[in-house]
Amino acid sequence: MKTTLSTPLTLILVLGGAALMAALNLATPAGSAMHVPDYAIQLAGKYLCYAMLALAVDLVWGFAGILSLGHAAFFALGGYAMGMYLMREIGARGVYGNAILPDFMVFLGWNHLPWYWYGFNWLGFAVLMALLVPGVLAWIFGWLAFRSRVSGVYLSIITQALTYALLLAFFRNEMGFGGNNGLTDFKDIAGFPLQSAATHCGLLVISAVVLCGQFLLARALVASRFGKVLVAVRDAESRTRFLGYRPESYKLFVFVASAVMAGIGGALYVPQIGIINPSEFSPSNSIEAVIWVAVGGRGTLSGAILGAVLVNLGKTWLTGALPELWLFGLGALFIFVTLFLPKGIVGTLAQWPRRKRSAEAETETSRPAPLSETSP
Amino acid sequence: MSVSAPAAAPHAAAIGTVLYVDGVSVSFDGFRALNNLSLILAPGEMRAVIGPNGAGKTTMMDVITGRTRPDTGRVVFGATTDLTKLDEPAIAALGIGRKFQKPTVFEPLDVWTNLLLALAGDRRPRFTLRARETAEERARIEAILATIRLTDHRHRRAADLSHGQKQWLEIGMLLAQEPQLLLVDEPVAGMTDAETEQTAELLRTINETRSVVVVEHDMAFVRALGVRVTVLHEGSVLSEGSIDHVSEDPKVIEVYLGR
Repeated sequence: MKTTLSTPLTLILVLGGAALMAALNLATPAGSAMHVPDYAIQLAGKYLCYAMLALAVDLVWGFAGILSLGHAAFFALGGYAMGMYLMREIGARGVYGNAILPDFMVFLGWNHLPWYWYGFNWLGFAVLMALLVPGVLAWIFGWLAFRSRVSGVYLSIITQALTYALLLAFFRNEMGFGGNNGLTDFKDIAGFPLQSAATHCGLLVISAVVLCGQFLLARALVASRFGKVLVAVRDAESRTRFLGYRPESYKLFVFVASAVMAGIGGALYVPQIGIINPSEFSPSNSIEAVIWVAVGGRGTLSGAILGAVLVNLGKTWLTGALPELWLFGLGALFIFVTLFLPKGIVGTLAQWPRRKRSAEAETETSRPAPLSETSP
Repeated sequence: MSVSAPAAAPHAAAIGTVLYVDGVSVSFDGFRALNNLSLILAPGEMRAVIGPNGAGKTTMMDVITGRTRPDTGRVVFGATTDLTKLDEPAIAALGIGRKFQKPTVFEPLDVWTNLLLALAGDRRPRFTLRARETAEERARIEAILATIRLTDHRHRRAADLSHGQKQWLEIGMLLAQEPQLLLVDEPVAGMTDAETEQTAELLRTINETRSVVVVEHDMAFVRALGVRVTVLHEGSVLSEGSIDHVSEDPKVIEVYLGR
């Protein structure tokens, strides 16, 4: 695959855009025409976290052919891990003033902290859990599914079941994750107040840096020999098996890596949004993430980021302007993309120069290739 | 992949063979696809397997390569290893390559990468994550490209190759795997006469260093190969011998050639 403009362009747009927005928010007065309002900073941060989820979906769907319709579950688990830290960070500032127990536990009449809440008073531990919990769940799920050669639509259905089961579980008060209210009323993160615009600007820039890191890592992964095998597994799984590869170990690796990426996205999402509740596990969230990738361009990575940002911009606008139309808009968008842009925005743009090149190559086939091109 | 060689005793009859298929039966929902099939292949031999549709040719390939487990019987490879206990990647790692009836190559990847992925070597993710193309690998790919006549097409996507070129690419991928035994399913289906001739030549070249089993419908092609022929019918061997011998066998004429 030839290097295209998409990699540097993506990095510049994500990093530059986030830095510029943060700078304009902090450096200009609220009345100025150049001022970026606080809500726009929060929205941008949210979009970048969604872009991490989209990147994770594209990695498994675009390159390994695993259509996961439950990826938002890993995102939400990462979010809950961060939310648990933010809850403990509230300390005695809660409504009930209990230094150890979060408000909802006091309300439920619990008198000691459940064991799985231990350690979440440290940010480092919460971040570790935001990586580990989605990773381990993906490993167990993937190991069972891929070893039994579950694939295609059957796999998609059980990923939906996975996220739905988690949705139901997290709704229960006895689970100890705040039931249907979830975790909210956060005060600060690592000492920085979550009410301040500066904190949100910092989170936005961190999200941009993390997203770019994930993007470069994903790029390296798909460009490696591992990535080529992954594409081979996607398109001709039995051929790889008869060549001596074990497709299940390739799928498992990429599925776990992708779940961890989604978990990181969720962990950055929660402090910027200020709440995490079970609705984040709702199956429709995972399906939306797949639509972002389809719009941007499956198997392009940069398209996943673009799709997530564009569709969510549209969602923000439409849910504000004509809220009852949003779901119809989303459905229409999916049909439009499937019919007229099957390769998505980035995939379609990338096709133009290639088509031109292959037309030129056609006329040159009679000539022997120059020596410099013989070793790739 | 370490495959411990079991004690020689159970496979005594298989000594001196590269492949020893012994009394293999396979049923699918009561239909007997293979019925007490036995077949012996000597090292370095090329064998043609023919038979009408449903005779069990593809099922036989499936059993040898680990896709299908037989109900009874055993398949001994290299006189030491019972293949019926292994799965596809393990059998491939032992040195058995398989070409499908429909050319199956990695379409979005270029010819070079197709061969690179097929080269014998470590197949685990922890290796491929860090693998860099070595000079030795490049030399091996160059040699295979020359053998399969695709040197000038190395940068083309496999999807853009002609049907015959895809068949050769797949054969090239099998060569890259460096198998001791090659199973080839209908290699000339859909090929032009010139391509068919070149394929026969290619298979003879391969056979200089490896054992080959060719399943084929095209009688002219089988005759051109000039090798021992096994005729399958209803899941077992009907006749075996030279092409002239089997085509004069009245049983063969009745079930296959006569129609």
